Amino acid sequence: MLNRLTKLFENNRENLLTVYFTAGYPKLDDTETIICSLDESGANIIEIGIPYSDPLADGPVIQESGMAAIDGGMTLQVLFNQLTDIRTKTQVPLILMGYFNQLLQYGVDKFLDDCVKTGIDGLIIPDLPLMEYEQFYKDKLTQRNISISFLITPQTEESRIHKVDALSTGFIYVVSDSSITGMKTGISSQQISYFERIKSLQLSTPQLIGFGISDRESYLTASKYANGAIIGSAFIKYLKDKNEVDKATADFINLILKP
Amino acid sequence: MIQLSENGYYGSFGGAYIPEMLYPNVKELQENYLSMIYADDFQREFYYLLKDYVGRPTPLYLAENLSAKHNATIYLKREDLCHTGAHKINNTIGQILLAKKLNKKRIIAETGAGQHGVATATVCARMGLECIIYMGAVDIKRQAPNVARMKMLGATVISATSGSQTLKDATNEAIRDWINNPVDTHYIIGSVVGPHPYPDLVARFQSVISEEMKSQLLEATGRENPDLIIACVGGGSNAAGAYYHYLNDLDVRLIAVEAAGEGVYSGKSAATSILGTEGIIHGSRTLLMQTTDGQIVEPHSISAGLDYPGIGPLHAHLITTGRAEAVSVTDENALKAAFELSRIEGIIPALETAHAIHALEDISFKSSDVIVINLSGRGDKDLNTYMEYLDKY
Repeated sequence: MLNRLTKLFENNRENLLTVYFTAGYPKLDDTETIICSLDESGANIIEIGIPYSDPLADGPVIQESGMAAIDGGMTLQVLFNQLTDIRTKTQVPLILMGYFNQLLQYGVDKFLDDCVKTGIDGLIIPDLPLMEYEQFYKDKLTQRNISISFLITPQTEESRIHKVDALSTGFIYVVSDSSITGMKTGISSQQISYFERIKSLQLSTPQLIGFGISDRESYLTASKYANGAIIGSAFIKYLKDKNEVDKATADFINLILKP
Repeated sequence: MIQLSENGYYGSFGGAYIPEMLYPNVKELQENYLSMIYADDFQREFYYLLKDYVGRPTPLYLAENLSAKHNATIYLKREDLCHTGAHKINNTIGQILLAKKLNKKRIIAETGAGQHGVATATVCARMGLECIIYMGAVDIKRQAPNVARMKMLGATVISATSGSQTLKDATNEAIRDWINNPVDTHYIIGSVVGPHPYPDLVARFQSVISEEMKSQLLEATGRENPDLIIACVGGGSNAAGAYYHYLNDLDVRLIAVEAAGEGVYSGKSAATSILGTEGIIHGSRTLLMQTTDGQIVEPHSISAGLDYPGIGPLHAHLITTGRAEAVSVTDENALKAAFELSRIEGIIPALETAHAIHALEDISFKSSDVIVINLSGRGDKDLNTYMEYLDKY
């Protein structure tokens, strides 16, 4: 059975623009506005970050946006409440990104049920071990038709890449460089050869390249070697101190998509 | 039997909940640590350095005045006499040798009180490796002498300015550094926390404490086992070392002393075993202080080394199964105990250790009991804090 995410990959496998934003940032109630504006401006997939106090894989930009969101009152329950009617507004594929402790405290089953209720298509949980997913959660996600995307990095061994390919049901999140999010800009020749290596493996799951994708140039370069790219920190930075988030969101996407 | 499972769990606590970026490094350690650290040449060098460089074995001292006051036989395991002033160096010696075996060129570490930072900077100087220490901005202020020592030893000290700016945040920053430098860097975690195999690795290096206690007690009392072992627990490395060879000797009571801060329920506390719930912190499933939404809560303790919102998975297991008894001691009582030990035994303990001393007032025991308190560190680094209270105690 297809969900909005897997259906997208069936129909379109090029230059897919995925944009990450932190739920509750800049303001608690911006969630729906940002999602709709991203969709209308041409983003193909939206990754909603659940703010976390200790986001180990993320850099300072995302951590600070998360702290601001938590201080502003964002919780997982608030987020699901905000998303109750989102499917009457947009059919863009929606992914939740969060750390495993947040799911554990909310209750994994309740979390997955609320994903179904609100129309979430996929998950990224960077600190959920592959083995634990396979053993305890794979069936739960499959039953609910929720996709999951695991990460690979330049250091991931080939045998493990194939394991990630076998277990990922959304896309493979190709981490562009050995770094936390938002640290580097531009793409080096070393990174290009890593992208080529991954491309040559002809994996069965679509791939999106993320980390260090910050502008039109890096988005287009990354998209040559995968099905698209993911932008996060650059968008969060752009939103800082903007009063009209819908306009700021549209402006940012235009900078990426319009020549 | 208390035993680590193949996947790194003590009961239901432990494991390795890490982002993919850390996976190759952690897996390399998981696959190699036991064979490397139990190789003959490793063991020889480890014990040589512990003896001639650290000054081991540390004495097991019969504290007669403390014993008279509390009406029991109380020994102090003098880890404060280790080179650099605390037990932390037992682990850093082991891990720097391991880093060498793994061909790493660059060492990173987190530190709270600064003792682990100093112990790491020390072994890096001795082995000629680059050393970067992450320390919370708040801790840099309250542990200034240790910051100066690290710098003198050639380390770079980086201030962690995120979150509560204490040990939790220094640990986050160190982990991020490791993500950014995956090939040439070894992360020397200072406590029995973090993803598997760190809790086990650090416990094994610290286990020299209880290994020595066994033979020293046998000589002093005619039996290897005390009735009680008391140790303070932040992450829990000194306690893990003091308990290690007694974990399965059920006649030995294990007392884990946590920091109650301004009072367990004051909102300013670090008493994790009481305030904590099961969750994940720094890659390990354990007890931690968190909100119902899973956000990690900022702890409080006057002692930087106990100011941590989690405890090592071994301790979570020991406490939840009843093998260890958790006690919590307030800032004020720790200060009181620090002054008392200084005045009656002539030993100025670290603030962390002072919590363990005060536990004598909080637990019951018999006058025939033999008690060992792990005197994990000395108080030089805390003199600024102690001087503020000189008139009060």
